[in-house]
Amino acid sequence: MTDSPTHAPQANTTKLGPIARFIRDTELDTRMLGMVGALLLIWFAFELYSTIVLGRPSMLLGASQGDATGFLTPRNLWNLSVQTSMTGIMATGMVLVIITRNIDLSVGSAEGFIGMVMGLLQVTWLPPLLGLGHSSIWIVTVVVGLGCGALIGAFNGWMIAYRGIPSFIVTLGGLMVWRGAAFLTADGKTIAPLDENFSLLGGATKGSVGEMGSWVVGVLGSLAILWILYAGRQARAKHGFGQRPMWAELTLAVLGCGLVLGTVMIVNSYAWPKGIIEAYVKANPDVVIPEGGLVIGTGFAIPVLIMVVVAILMTILMTRTRFGRYVFAIGGNPEAAALSGINTKWMTVKIFTLMGVLAGIAAVIGSARQNSATNALGNLDELYVIAAAVVGGTSLAGGVGTIYGAIIGALVLMSLQTGMVLIGFGDGSYQRIVIGVALVLAVYLDNLYRKRIK
Amino acid sequence: MTRTGTPLVELRDISIAFGGIKAVDHVTVDLYPGEVVGLLGHNGAGKSTLIKCLSGAYQADSGDILINGETVEIKDPRDAREQNIETIYQTLALADNLNAASNLFLGREIVGRGGFVDDSKMEAEARKIMARLNPNFRKFNVPVSALSGGQRQSVAIARAVYFNAKILIMDEPTAALGPHETQMVAELIQELKAQGLGIFLIEHDIHNVMKLCDRASVMKNGQLVGTVNVADVTDEDILGMIILGKKPAKAA
Repeated sequence: MTDSPTHAPQANTTKLGPIARFIRDTELDTRMLGMVGALLLIWFAFELYSTIVLGRPSMLLGASQGDATGFLTPRNLWNLSVQTSMTGIMATGMVLVIITRNIDLSVGSAEGFIGMVMGLLQVTWLPPLLGLGHSSIWIVTVVVGLGCGALIGAFNGWMIAYRGIPSFIVTLGGLMVWRGAAFLTADGKTIAPLDENFSLLGGATKGSVGEMGSWVVGVLGSLAILWILYAGRQARAKHGFGQRPMWAELTLAVLGCGLVLGTVMIVNSYAWPKGIIEAYVKANPDVVIPEGGLVIGTGFAIPVLIMVVVAILMTILMTRTRFGRYVFAIGGNPEAAALSGINTKWMTVKIFTLMGVLAGIAAVIGSARQNSATNALGNLDELYVIAAAVVGGTSLAGGVGTIYGAIIGALVLMSLQTGMVLIGFGDGSYQRIVIGVALVLAVYLDNLYRKRIK
Repeated sequence: MTRTGTPLVELRDISIAFGGIKAVDHVTVDLYPGEVVGLLGHNGAGKSTLIKCLSGAYQADSGDILINGETVEIKDPRDAREQNIETIYQTLALADNLNAASNLFLGREIVGRGGFVDDSKMEAEARKIMARLNPNFRKFNVPVSALSGGQRQSVAIARAVYFNAKILIMDEPTAALGPHETQMVAELIQELKAQGLGIFLIEHDIHNVMKLCDRASVMKNGQLVGTVNVADVTDEDILGMIILGKKPAKAA
């Protein structure tokens, strides 16, 4: 709802400071700015710690990409983007679940079970039918995986809506059932390696779209931003609502396009690792190697692009369709939603089905990334996903939440996780303490923020 | 007030029970076009329950609902809306986290190209109707939780009026309002009446009943005490019906 046009009357608040005026005129969500600020703070804190305390070379001080081992390197940021994709994708669905005053504790286990089904499908069941390495194996596998997710989610939704079992209980049961089922599918064995095409979806060096592909994505993204700003002006003009001042529109355009194109530059500057370059040169003997060695930029990883597409579609769903409006209405006042003729039970089934499909997508990425299916896939993911949604401003009281918030929330959590590993606290205990503290702190700060703006 | 021809609405012999307790017990009321019928009684007398059978929130265990003389089935609020029945609930039934326009169009959003909700159009329409109902209303871009009781009430009323209702159910529409706003609602009721709407008005304030209603149907313990022409009785008579369940001698 937050990005639906808000055309506040241009009050005569001339005494505002420059920052307040900037925020008012650009109509940026201050909460989002706060989250982005916190994210940058975390990033620079890790970089500073690594440079000052650990004495590692920093790219900010001119170290080369090969030497730098701090937080702010193309390699680390690229890895961060891939790690965020699974949690981020599921968190977008968890936003809907939490907005409607429910919870889904089963997503991590569902992910593990779906991963095992897909593993068996592409390694054991499909090759004898289609032939090993057949190009449609990955497609059938993905379709079946998402279908599994949809069924699991629909079943959860049905028990919650039509059988009146609280979502906490239904999905707590699911948490145990699907983890057990994941073990039983292959008697606890790990299934590897997976289909070659399928494993590209996990986004290794090969599972990325390269420099040219990333520029295409960046340019399309920039054009989309410009179009959204333009269409917004048109819609406001049509109904005679107040416009943003032109300088604010230009600032937003520059900021938005700068962010997109800057990200492209970072992922493109992450060069293929040496071993992969050598293998590539061996496989393609006629490649001309320039002076100083061959450098190939990695570009966006496929799972990151999947997350971006999911986030865009979910944002459209939540802000531009009746479905999204009803999700918010149910969260705000379930009784009022029902009295307005909204079929709230059927909505619950649809929301959980969507959550299940997203868990299926996460299972695809997770197993493809490991190039294996294990029954431990997605262990504890439900907690990270819920934490990401909540850090991103989704209220457990219902009715409030945004998709972009959940993505930023996932980015914050994954930054803490990878950052702790990077500075040598990777054994898990410190990581969990820091993330646990961050979760509680984020919700506390959010409470303070909400009280102040009221 | 002459009542001839077919009633706009007839609730005939309606009964509904919850867990063995008869909330509404064989009640029959009717409503003609251009008429305001007050539904009166103590808390728990069954007024709201009766009216929720008409608005689709509940389904009667037995009895018929007739609209323009024809039996209709109202299974849910959507069915009621299709019969041009609009309801202003006592609780207002607003989604607190949505703004006025989103609440006004909840369940009936204006959809533009590609099936996407047209928020700008809805806000423009909301501004139009609010200009008529409550010209001082300015807060279109905040959730309705940030509105005063009167402002929230006007959003709920706008929702009922906007969609060209023929039958309007108002459950204590002035309970949360100050004197000025109460007067505005009274004027609105007169205006809608003049347009030929039929209005069921659940009301506790006996003065409002005497002022606004043409007839009054009084309920007690789930049963209908009786229906009277307001012009033919005194407020003492109606209070007697409510408190003692006693029908006055010259009832309609």
